[in-house]
Amino acid sequence: MSRLLKRSYLALVLLFLYVPIVVLIVQSFNAGVSRAKWQGFSLKWYADLINSPSIMNALYITVTIALLSALFATILGTLAAIGIHALQKRPQAMMMALNNIPMTMPDIVTGISLMLLFIFTQVPRGYVTMLLAHITFNIPYVILSVMPKLKQMNKFSYEAALDLGATPGYALRKVVLPYVMPGVITGALLSFTLSLDDFTISYFTTSPLVQNLSTLIYSEARKGIKPTMNALSALMFVALLVLLLAVNRRASLNQDN
Amino acid sequence: MSSFSFPPWAVWLMALGLLAFVGLVAYSVRRNRGIKRTLFSFPYGLWIVVFTIVPLLLIGYYAFTDRSGAFTLDNFKTFWDSNFEMQKQLTQLGFDPVEMGVARGHVNVDTLVYSLWMAFLCTLICLGLGYPAALFMADRDFRLGPTLVILFIIPMWMNFLLRTIAWMSLLEDNGLINTLLSALGLPRMQLMYNSRAVLLGMVYNYLPFMVFPIYNALNKQEYRLSEAAMDLGANPRTTFLKVTLPLSLPGVVSGITMVFMPSVTTFFIPRVLGGGNTEMFGDLIERTFLMADNWNVGSALSLIMMVLIIMSLTLLRKVDPEGEGGSTI
Repeated sequence: MSRLLKRSYLALVLLFLYVPIVVLIVQSFNAGVSRAKWQGFSLKWYADLINSPSIMNALYITVTIALLSALFATILGTLAAIGIHALQKRPQAMMMALNNIPMTMPDIVTGISLMLLFIFTQVPRGYVTMLLAHITFNIPYVILSVMPKLKQMNKFSYEAALDLGATPGYALRKVVLPYVMPGVITGALLSFTLSLDDFTISYFTTSPLVQNLSTLIYSEARKGIKPTMNALSALMFVALLVLLLAVNRRASLNQDN
Repeated sequence: MSSFSFPPWAVWLMALGLLAFVGLVAYSVRRNRGIKRTLFSFPYGLWIVVFTIVPLLLIGYYAFTDRSGAFTLDNFKTFWDSNFEMQKQLTQLGFDPVEMGVARGHVNVDTLVYSLWMAFLCTLICLGLGYPAALFMADRDFRLGPTLVILFIIPMWMNFLLRTIAWMSLLEDNGLINTLLSALGLPRMQLMYNSRAVLLGMVYNYLPFMVFPIYNALNKQEYRLSEAAMDLGANPRTTFLKVTLPLSLPGVVSGITMVFMPSVTTFFIPRVLGGGNTEMFGDLIERTFLMADNWNVGSALSLIMMVLIIMSLTLLRKVDPEGEGGSTI
């Protein structure tokens, strides 16, 4: 098949992926409420955004939950990966099988099962329960990012450090941790984005009073989405894009050195 | 509420215990009291038990009990026959349900079959669209492959609800596509509120999950293998069918898994893009729990879905025993 044909096929697939996003961003600058008609350029939805307490509050909850859950999941997950890696073969296989359960469970079942847990134990659903749920679905991804790094590592480095007089804690901090750091960072970034984008699990584990962006959008979807939401997602999209470019630049700078 | 429950302080106690354990480990490590690394896996083991195993057992508990907490299989009978409860009540009151015209209700089973069919179609379309895309991206003369991977990831950052809603403004009766059509003098079309719109939304959301694993599998393939096949006289078609395709199968299996699983349990997309009769199994479960407030039947439905998913996963594992195509982006 000719080169041109292949490239135009790829361009078409990408077009399919990007059309709704472009539409969404263009709409955020539309002066009117209509979704189909262009009624002039305006930044008024961006102004509305800053003045909307419910959206700002949801944004705050979304971002803090993403940061906190990524932090806790990374700490717990990295520790767990080191522990699991040091286990004997049998218990190791068992732990990895357990680790796979939350990842194979459909989101809706995870959400509902956690909802049942919180109702059953009479823990009122809200910020803390949502955070616990996010940590729960993030940890497996951290472990899966750290594990390959641990497997690559020469298993005698840790023992050599001990033989040379390092305490186990010192050896972990100065030998193991630096080596697995790239995996830890990947896991943290993955957790952050997964938490940012989650809807289903948050929906079942929070109360209507504590809403993140996804659940807020969901409750508004029935009434019809306001263009302020488009403005917000356009902003978040650009912010994430800048973040990615910065990370990429850092990575390529590190490679050069 | 259930017949037994334990107070909220128990949960906080567990959380405290967990924290205390982490603190203890950190302290022992600092003090070099010979703590073993294997103990590090303990907090997570506890976490999994509290936040994954116990919740799953709760689903099992509710699925096999009635509202009073007694063992029953009625919830599964309600899955098979959505009028089961009504028939039972009528019989208790001394009526004959058949005489009264209360027949078997097909709704739940039909919704499951519809969900499986939609997920199958979605997976098929994603495979049809995604395989060539991955193949062209992994082409050796095509240097933009890694860039395209990033371009495939970026849309997934837009909130998935908003991305789906954005399709509304394209497909609506007064939406962009219809406005364009009438501007060109063509008749308007009913694009929303049917199964095709739901399918479009699903393919749109899940396509990248098909492309990545296939691209990874193709990309790490030894290109010399296909060159060798060509040198030995195979034409491009035979080379593709006998070398490239079989070697990419683990990626295909992994892509199918990653698209099919979330498709069956799709939630929200049918509600936004579909009409009245496009409810899928995920929506049914959510409705049973939150609107009908029937946790017992809802749990039974969740359990049925879990079993279906575990069955299909085991089936797929047989094709790809090593899980080689496994990839998280």
